[in-house]
Amino acid sequence: MSMLKSREANLTGAILLLLALIATRFPGFVAPANLMAVFNDTSPLMILALGQMVVILTRCIDLSVAANLALTGMICAMLNVAFPGLPVAVILIVALACGAVMGAVNGLLVWKLAIPPIVVTLGTMTIYRGIIFLLSDGAWINSHEMSASFTGFPRTPILGLPVLGWLAIIVTAGMALIMARTPMGRSFYAAGNNPHAAVYTGIDVGRAQFRAFVISGTLAGLAGYLWISRYAVAYVDIAGGFELDVVAACVIGGVSIAGGVGTVLGTILGALFLGVIKNALPVVDISPFWQLAISGAAILVAVTFNSRSGRSRGRIILKSAGQGT
Amino acid sequence: MSITTTTNRRIPDQLTSPVSRVLRSWESLLLLVAVFIFTLNSFASPYFLDPWNLSDATFNFTEKAMIAFAMALLIIAGEIDLSVAAIIALASTAMGLVMQAGFGTPVIVLTGLATGLICGGFNGLMVTRLGLPSIVVTIGTMSLFRGISFIILGDGAFRGYPDSFAVFGQGYAFWVITVEFVIFALLAVVYAVILHRTNFGRAVFAVGNNPTAALFSGIRVARVKMILFLLTGLMSGLAAVCLTSRLGSTRSSIASGMELEVVTMVVLGGVNILGGSGTIGGVVIAAFVMGLVTFGLGLLNVPGIVMSIFIGLLLIGVIALPRLWSRIRSR
Repeated sequence: MSMLKSREANLTGAILLLLALIATRFPGFVAPANLMAVFNDTSPLMILALGQMVVILTRCIDLSVAANLALTGMICAMLNVAFPGLPVAVILIVALACGAVMGAVNGLLVWKLAIPPIVVTLGTMTIYRGIIFLLSDGAWINSHEMSASFTGFPRTPILGLPVLGWLAIIVTAGMALIMARTPMGRSFYAAGNNPHAAVYTGIDVGRAQFRAFVISGTLAGLAGYLWISRYAVAYVDIAGGFELDVVAACVIGGVSIAGGVGTVLGTILGALFLGVIKNALPVVDISPFWQLAISGAAILVAVTFNSRSGRSRGRIILKSAGQGT
Repeated sequence: MSITTTTNRRIPDQLTSPVSRVLRSWESLLLLVAVFIFTLNSFASPYFLDPWNLSDATFNFTEKAMIAFAMALLIIAGEIDLSVAAIIALASTAMGLVMQAGFGTPVIVLTGLATGLICGGFNGLMVTRLGLPSIVVTIGTMSLFRGISFIILGDGAFRGYPDSFAVFGQGYAFWVITVEFVIFALLAVVYAVILHRTNFGRAVFAVGNNPTAALFSGIRVARVKMILFLLTGLMSGLAAVCLTSRLGSTRSSIASGMELEVVTMVVLGGVNILGGSGTIGGVVIAAFVMGLVTFGLGLLNVPGIVMSIFIGLLLIGVIALPRLWSRIRSR
């Protein structure tokens, strides 16, 4: 447990070091207003990464989150164009429901038919993207077609932070509560740590995986509406390849791809780490073309680092076992 | 035998005749699907049965299938490489740099293959030396390799490959048979022999089924995996040569999303995504199925993104339907 805590401390240290390095050349970057903007900009990634974390905890992976986000966003945008008077609350409910249904499709295929999650979500990823094209006929929905309340909602500032950022905080708090304080949250860890033991303690592993996919899908749906309304444009390729950023945030945050290990705090820090890099690159005058390579290198460094700390923990257990016998 | 009759047990599958086993195999089901799609296509469009059109259609799968053969071995051994499309981008960029420096076709081709080999080696080292899960490593290198290509090329492009370079992607071996198709066919035979007729092939299955048991039975598991990553990298380099030659230019977005189609092809071919089983024959038929679907839909003016729905449904459907069927039957 102390090792897990130190992992998050290390990541916090890395983020602070990064900020300090940037601040030596550009003090404006660490001004509270700008840090708030960086946090706000990273919000969709944080929301998606929390959903992905739950899925990875149960030894699955959800590669369809970005496609889910894009399809939900397109549905919300089309709904807004057809019924401009529809209140944002209804749109939000539709977004959550759409996302949940798509997550449930993934979950059912994994749970009831026992198809490997990577196959299921690779398939649904292309299917969801394709459905956007069928719905929209490849056309874009632009800001002038959307109503002011639709695009304004995530940007409304409350105490200086836009609603988008507040939603990320609410989701984080909610997930932290679920993961630590509910039987469902604990069942995710149990199902991923040792599925056989989980079955003997009365946990339905398949059902836990199904629930994880529904959570991931619901959060992707929420992020879908927020994304579309924030950027005020909806088209087929929105957030293309973003699922990799989401998985990267989890991996950097210390979520073990083998399942069972990962924390809400770590995941948030992982997302923020990527968010700081993304926002800092243009400031320190590095071409945005570098971003892809840097986030790739960050994933490799993080996963190497995490496996090292994980391995030393394993050695200690083996040593004590060896001494015992 | 009396046990099976008295206790209502299901008869073990060794007792079924070899003929019925072949008929019930994944490959024959897939072949049936291929024939069905072929027939459907020839009724749906009058242009389908033209030999030149069919020859063009092979481009839909030959490059992907080259990688899919090596990927099949890798997945059977329990690993995966999601960075293959990014390797194509980096290899193609390296070839463009060499071309601009004024080198001729042999050096360009060697550069492409060598870049693929180096990238594959990097993946392999990360997985075998550091003991990292391949899915995470290759998601990382997928961004890294394409990222390097982005840094070098930005939004620009390399053009002006020498004429002699065009033979790989645009040449014909004889009549309507393309050079790429010949490479594809040769590789299919080579990989089928490697997987199904050599000790190395048996080792690949052993590693995928139970790496620990394989290690204790004297198989050098890390070396087998390393070789497979190198092979997958090399095949991606080869695919980069063919694709660059066919397109005649290099952009950093080249082959984006191809890794998913390659994995789809492998899984569609009956290779168990969890490792341990699969055949090259299945992958070959899956390549034809995917090529026929995309080409047939293309002739019917179906846009590419809608085709991807069919590919996605195909991927889930072919795995889900047999499982659904056995569930219904067991009730």
